[in-house]
Amino acid sequence: MDGLPSEEEQEMTTETATVDVDVTVPDPQTASHSKELDSNFQTVGEVRVANARMTCTDVNVYYGDKHAIKHCNLDIGENQVIAMIGPSGCGKSTFLRCLNRMNDTIDICRVTGEIKLDQQDIYDKRLDVVPLRAQVGMVFQKPNPFPKSIYDNIAYGPRIHGLASSRAELDEIVERSLSKAGLWNEVKDRLDQPGNGLSGGQQQRLCIARTIAVEPEVILMDEPCSALDPIATAKVEELIDELRQNYTIAIVTHSMQQAARVSQRTAYFHLGSLVEVGETTQVFTNPQHKLTEDYITGRFG
Amino acid sequence: MTETTQANNNRGRSIDIVNASLKRRYARERRFRYLGLSAVILGLLFVGTLFVDIISKGYSAFVQTHIVLDVYFDPEVIDPDGTADPAVIARADFRQIARQPLRELFPEVSGRRDKRALYKILSSGAPYQLLDMVQADPSLIGTRQTVELIADDDIDMLAKGHIDRTAPPADRRVNDKVIGWVDKLESQGLIRKNFNTAFFTNGDSREPELAGIGGAVAGSFYTLLVTLSLSFPIGVAAAIYLEEFAPKNRWTDIIEVNINNLAAVPSIVFGLLGLAMFINLFGLPRSAPLVGGLVLTLMTLPTIIIASRAALKSVPPSIREAALGVGASRMQTVFHHVLPLAMPGMLTGTIIGMAQALGETAPLLMIGMVAFIVDVPGGPLDPSTVLPVQVFLWADSPERAFVERTSAAIMVLLAFLVAMNAIAVIMRRRFERRW
Ligand SMILES: Nc1ncnc2c1ncn2[C@@H]1O[C@H](COP(=O)(O)OP(=O)(O)OP(=O)(O)O)[C@@H](O)[C@H]1O
Ligand SMILES: [Mg+2]
Repeated sequence: MDGLPSEEEQEMTTETATVDVDVTVPDPQTASHSKELDSNFQTVGEVRVANARMTCTDVNVYYGDKHAIKHCNLDIGENQVIAMIGPSGCGKSTFLRCLNRMNDTIDICRVTGEIKLDQQDIYDKRLDVVPLRAQVGMVFQKPNPFPKSIYDNIAYGPRIHGLASSRAELDEIVERSLSKAGLWNEVKDRLDQPGNGLSGGQQQRLCIARTIAVEPEVILMDEPCSALDPIATAKVEELIDELRQNYTIAIVTHSMQQAARVSQRTAYFHLGSLVEVGETTQVFTNPQHKLTEDYITGRFG
Repeated sequence: MTETTQANNNRGRSIDIVNASLKRRYARERRFRYLGLSAVILGLLFVGTLFVDIISKGYSAFVQTHIVLDVYFDPEVIDPDGTADPAVIARADFRQIARQPLRELFPEVSGRRDKRALYKILSSGAPYQLLDMVQADPSLIGTRQTVELIADDDIDMLAKGHIDRTAPPADRRVNDKVIGWVDKLESQGLIRKNFNTAFFTNGDSREPELAGIGGAVAGSFYTLLVTLSLSFPIGVAAAIYLEEFAPKNRWTDIIEVNINNLAAVPSIVFGLLGLAMFINLFGLPRSAPLVGGLVLTLMTLPTIIIASRAALKSVPPSIREAALGVGASRMQTVFHHVLPLAMPGMLTGTIIGMAQALGETAPLLMIGMVAFIVDVPGGPLDPSTVLPVQVFLWADSPERAFVERTSAAIMVLLAFLVAMNAIAVIMRRRFERRW
C-alpha cells in the first residue's frame, strides 16, 4: 500500500530481470548488492561448511510447471541450527521437505539436483526412504496429530521401529519426549485421550514430542512455534538448544528474534532462490544482499 | 488510496448498499428453502404411499386361518398292524384322519361333490401336519387331540374378509354352501387366526397357505454371503491399491474410467456374463446362490471400489505425512492410519452395495434362480431363489391369497433393507472420528 510492490508484482519484476540478464551477464559483485535477484542464482555468503551433515547441490523443485526452488546450494552443519527465513510462499517449507523426501507424497512435485546425507545421495533410486525418515525427522507447519490417544501419538514411532523392548521403556520414552516438548505436565493425567482434542499450541508440541521420540539425527522443524505462547516458545527454543548438542537442526521461522536466538546460521530465501546464507550474527547485523536487508529490517511488504 | 476513497464516495456507504440488497437475498433464500422442503415432502409422500399400500395389503399375511378340530388318531388307519414302524406311519392315509372330524361336525353333508367341497375347507397341507405330529410323538396314535389344522387359502381369504360375500356366486371363489359351513364353524369358535410362522419357515409352494419365504430368505442369505465375502475384500483391496499405491498415469486413468462405466452397466448384462462364464464355461450349478453371489459380486464391486476410494480420498494427507514423517512405510501408513479413518465410509459403501444386491432380480433370472423351489436351501450350492425373485414369482400368481403374501414378502425385503441401512448409519456413527 505504501508504494511497496505486492508479491505478484515482485515476481514479475524478477522474471523480466531474468530475461534481461540472460543477454548480458552482470558482474556478480554489483548484482549481489542490487535489489534484484541474481540471474545465476548465486547465493551471497558461504553456502558450504566444514562439518556438513547434509549437502545440497543445485537443487530445483518444480510443482508441475511452477519452479518453486531455483538452483539452491546449501550445507547443513553437524550439531548446529540453521534457520530458514523469508517471505511467505518463498519456498522454505518446500526446501525443508526435500531434505527427508517428504515431497515424494506430492504427485506433481519433481526434485532435481543432489542432496546428500553423510555422503549418501538421498534421492538415489535404491535408497530406502523409511530409514531416511527415521534419521531425518520432521515437524510439520500445520500440527497433524494422529486421531489416536496422546500416548499412541508419541509411542507410534518407537513402536514401529522397535525402539522400546518393554512397555516400561515405551512409557519412559513417552514421558521423556513429552517433557522435552514442555507438554508433560499438561497431559500426564489424560494420556489416553485423543491427541486432536488438544489445543492448537498443545498439538504443535505433541507433534514435536512425536518427532523427537524416534530420536532422529537431523530434525526439520517447519514453524514449530507459530501457535505457541511466549512461555511454550521459550521451552521449545530451550529444547532446540539442548538438542543441538547431539543433533542437526533446520528450522523455518517467521520470527527474526527466534532465528537470532536459536540458530548459528541463517538462510534467507526469496521467491524460490536462496539469496543469502551466513553466520546468524552476521546476517542480522550486516546483511550483504539488499533483499535480505529489506526483509530483516522490515521494509519488505 | 485516494482513488478508492473517491469510488466509495460515489457509491455511497457500503452498509446502505448491503441493506438494500438484503431483502432480495433473503427472499431468494426463502424460495430455496421452500423448494427444498417441497421436494422432501414429495419424496416422503411417495414413500408413505408405497408403505401404506404395501402394509395395508400385506399385514394380513402374517396371520393364518386355522380350523380347530377334534382329531382321532385312528390306529386302524395309521398303523393297523401295530408295527410302530415309521415307514408304515409315513404311508398312512392321514387325509382320512383329517376329514373324519369334519364329517362328524357336518353329518348332514352328503353327495360326492358336497363332501369334496367340505374337505376342501382344509388345506392340502393339513394331513402332513398330522403326520408330522405322529412322527414326532407316536404315542398320539389311538388318542383324541384338539388340533388347529391349517385352512385352505380360499377359506383364509373368506375369514379375513377379502372375499365379497355380496358378489354373485359365479364371481366368487367360494359358494354359499361353503360360506354357510364356515359361518357355522365361526359361530362355534372353531376358526382361529394364528401368527403365521409357516410363512417365515416354509419354502415356496403352489398352495398359498403353505407358501413361505423361508427358502427365499435362505437363498438371499447365501447369495449375499458369497457376494460380501468376495466383493468387500476385493473392492477394498482394489481401492487401496488404486488410491495409495498405483502410480497416477494413463493406465490408472483408464482403469478408473472403466470402473465408473462398470457401475453404470445394466445388471442384466452381468447376468448374461455369469451365465456364459460361471455356468457354461466353469460348469457351476444352475440356480445356485454361489453363482448368484458371483454375479452380484461383479455388480457390486464398482460401487464398493468407488465408495472406498472416496473414503480414502477424504482422509487428509496430513495424516499420511505425519505417519511417513516418523518413518512408517507406506503399508504401515495405510493400515495403521488411513484405513481406520476410511473404514466407516468403506463399510457404508459396502452395505449400500449389499442392499443393492439384496434387491437385485434381473441378473439372477438369467442364471436360473427363478425356478420354483420348494425346499429351503441348506448351502450355497443348493438350488434356490432369492427374496425379490420370490416377490416376482408370487406377483405373477393368480390366487388372491398370493397378493397379500407378495406384499408381506416385500415388507420383509424392505425390513432387511432398512435394517442394513440402519447398520450403515450406526457404523458410520460408531467409527466416525474427527481429525
Ligand atoms: N503442493 C503444492 N502444489 C503446488 N504448488 C505448491 C505446493 N506447495 C507449495 N507450492 C508453491 O510453492 C511455493 C513455495 O511454497 P512453500 O510452502 O514452500 O512456501 P513457504 O516459504 O513455506 O511459505 P510460508 O512461510 O507461507 O509457509 C509457493 O508459491 C506455493 O504456492
Ligand atoms: Mg511453509
